Amino acid sequence: MTNVTDIPTEVRQVRTSAPTNEPGLTNARTADPGHLIRKPRRRRGTRIAATMAPYLQAAPIALVFLIFFVLPLAATVIVSFWQYTQYSIEPALTVQNYGDVFYGCFDQLPGLCTTFRTYLSTLKFGIVVWATTLVIGFTVAYFLAFHVRTLKVQVICFVLCTIPFWTSIVIRMISWIPLLGRNGLVNQALMAMGVTDTPLEGLLYSDFAVILALTHLYTLFMVVPIFNSLMRIDPALIEASHDAGATGAQTLRHVILPLARPGILIGSIFVVTVVVGDFMTIGIMGGQQIASVGKVIQTQMQFLQFPLAAANAVILLATVLAGVWALLKLVDIRREL
Amino acid sequence: MTMSKPTRRSVLRGAAALAGSAALPAPFVHAQGRVTLRYLSTAVNQSPAIAQKASEELGIDIEYIAVNTDEVPRRVITQPNSFDLVDSEYFSLPNLVPSGNMKGMDANRIDRVDDLASVIARGTVDGKKVGWDGTAPHEVLYLESADATSFAAEPTEWITLIPTTYNADTLGIRPDLIDKKITSWASLLDPDFAGKASILNIPSIGIMDAAMALEARGDIIYGDKGNMTREEIDATIAALIEAKRAGQFRAFWSNFQESVNLMASGEVVIQSMWSPAVTAVRTQGIPCVYQPLKEGYRAWASGFGLPRTIDGRKEDAAYEFINWFLSGWAGAHLSKQGYYPAVLGTAKEYMEAYEWAYWYEGAAAEQDILAPDGRLLEKAGAVRDGGSYEARMGAVACWNAVMDENQYMVRKWNEFIAA
Repeated sequence: MTNVTDIPTEVRQVRTSAPTNEPGLTNARTADPGHLIRKPRRRRGTRIAATMAPYLQAAPIALVFLIFFVLPLAATVIVSFWQYTQYSIEPALTVQNYGDVFYGCFDQLPGLCTTFRTYLSTLKFGIVVWATTLVIGFTVAYFLAFHVRTLKVQVICFVLCTIPFWTSIVIRMISWIPLLGRNGLVNQALMAMGVTDTPLEGLLYSDFAVILALTHLYTLFMVVPIFNSLMRIDPALIEASHDAGATGAQTLRHVILPLARPGILIGSIFVVTVVVGDFMTIGIMGGQQIASVGKVIQTQMQFLQFPLAAANAVILLATVLAGVWALLKLVDIRREL
Repeated sequence: MTMSKPTRRSVLRGAAALAGSAALPAPFVHAQGRVTLRYLSTAVNQSPAIAQKASEELGIDIEYIAVNTDEVPRRVITQPNSFDLVDSEYFSLPNLVPSGNMKGMDANRIDRVDDLASVIARGTVDGKKVGWDGTAPHEVLYLESADATSFAAEPTEWITLIPTTYNADTLGIRPDLIDKKITSWASLLDPDFAGKASILNIPSIGIMDAAMALEARGDIIYGDKGNMTREEIDATIAALIEAKRAGQFRAFWSNFQESVNLMASGEVVIQSMWSPAVTAVRTQGIPCVYQPLKEGYRAWASGFGLPRTIDGRKEDAAYEFINWFLSGWAGAHLSKQGYYPAVLGTAKEYMEAYEWAYWYEGAAAEQDILAPDGRLLEKAGAVRDGGSYEARMGAVACWNAVMDENQYMVRKWNEFIAA
């Protein structure tokens, strides 16, 4: 950042010497001011190379996105308009699949159709898990950033946080089952302590179990970006807040939270998108009794109803994108980073 | 093997062998090295011992590709080049055959094609007709030609699948956690077991178990449980939703291991189960009974099929492996896990008399019954659940199926899961 503020004159010089209306070009130049200072006068060839450089630098990742993201996504969207039988899919242009996804949804109102019910359930998990991971994640990040003094201990604590990620997601999930089951450790302990006489059935294969497992799995996604944001906060600001007579809570509310917003936002996007698309955790911890959009898509794919599954996927994607868009409206992430 | 009478088939086979040997002189074959067959099926059908034995005796390497029940037909339809041999359920055939990705198997190249179990070949046991509701294997066993996309009504020279294993499913129960006699499928929906029952979350099979229970309870009389009308599907799902909302089910399961875990942990005390899953629970020392019920069994059968793309040495190796599979060792190996094999006579040759009496004749075990890996399955004196082969397979009420209204059924099933 300091570089840019140091060399405004040079940048202006270059701009006036080669006026252009193309914003990409200007950005490319301003983005690499150090380069411009060293060689204020260049031959035409190197100028084109300089123009092209950012594009070339971005090309590999763009190519990866194109092949592994854009193309499959385009295929999904296209297939969602195709027709299918039990053993084939045929190119067509029909909205039948979208009609089938929302089958009965509008005649049944105010009653909820399967799709609305499923989305509502998925959304519920999204919101609850977002809240739990945010509270826990922020607390952990706060502790790491402000209460752990030395960098060494911070790194050690941070690595400790990632240890669960060394095993597979399924194992982390399944390890809850012997703990929460009807004859599991928790129930045995509760009964031994005389808290209850009969085992608590709701611990496993319930909303509670799903939320617990999802929180366990995804809290770290919240910790990392929030920790990153908190580490960037200038300690002088916090000191100033104290000096001005703010209590700890006031400092948290008016200084730290606003400055942690980008981290919170990034973490939120991670958690919400992952949870909304999850079907394995909801399947295993919910005893497959709880519907999720992902599970519906999986069932449809197993029965070779690819176009219908594609239509569902497109709708899910649109829903998630709408959510992310709403989150981005709350925070201008480009400015805050 | 009967070599005495020169049937048309054996003559043809001899001619084929001659032609084959002329075209491919032996040294040339050896020079090409060993053949590997990619064997697609569910994990339960993939015994490492069978692959090892085949490798020793035939010089053919078996490479297992393990997927879920639902995934098998999906792979056949979407990636027919990704395997050389598929062990698929017969009920998938109404989807697989029209896709044109399967190749009819030449009956003339199957040594024991005339010895296939009658329950698969003709839908009869001891000459008596069993229940044919659903996709009964004999209805989908034959094709008009090698590349036909529809089934033949009469036996032909072209076979869709050569049976590997089949059995009849019923409810598994934990007798130590249940204090009443279970005699009917209706018990699956018995409120006494609220929160302790489970069914499969594989829609096409789960709905049939539900249908068995509802019919047993007297709620619905089905025309064909394996091919329901929309009204029947609606009524079945409505009853399931009611049971789910009343808290009847603890969880649903969709693969073998899940059903074992639910039962072994005591989360569930009654559920529809697969026979080897009951065995798996019992080998953990936990009592589990595969309870015969008065309404009969829901049967299933699985068999070898070839992909359309197979040819040359791979195809020869596939036939060789299948013929070996039917020749007894594999059949005996599977029998000792509780499955039934395609050819009973050859499996018997590879089993001890007391084993055969226990597994097939419903007799009390004269000695301890051991699993193929040597673990103790049953102590001497035990009797197999469901009795003899004839008693069990003879009491089949319906077969796993794909319905004509499959798409509607799946949509309604999703409704049930979401309820």
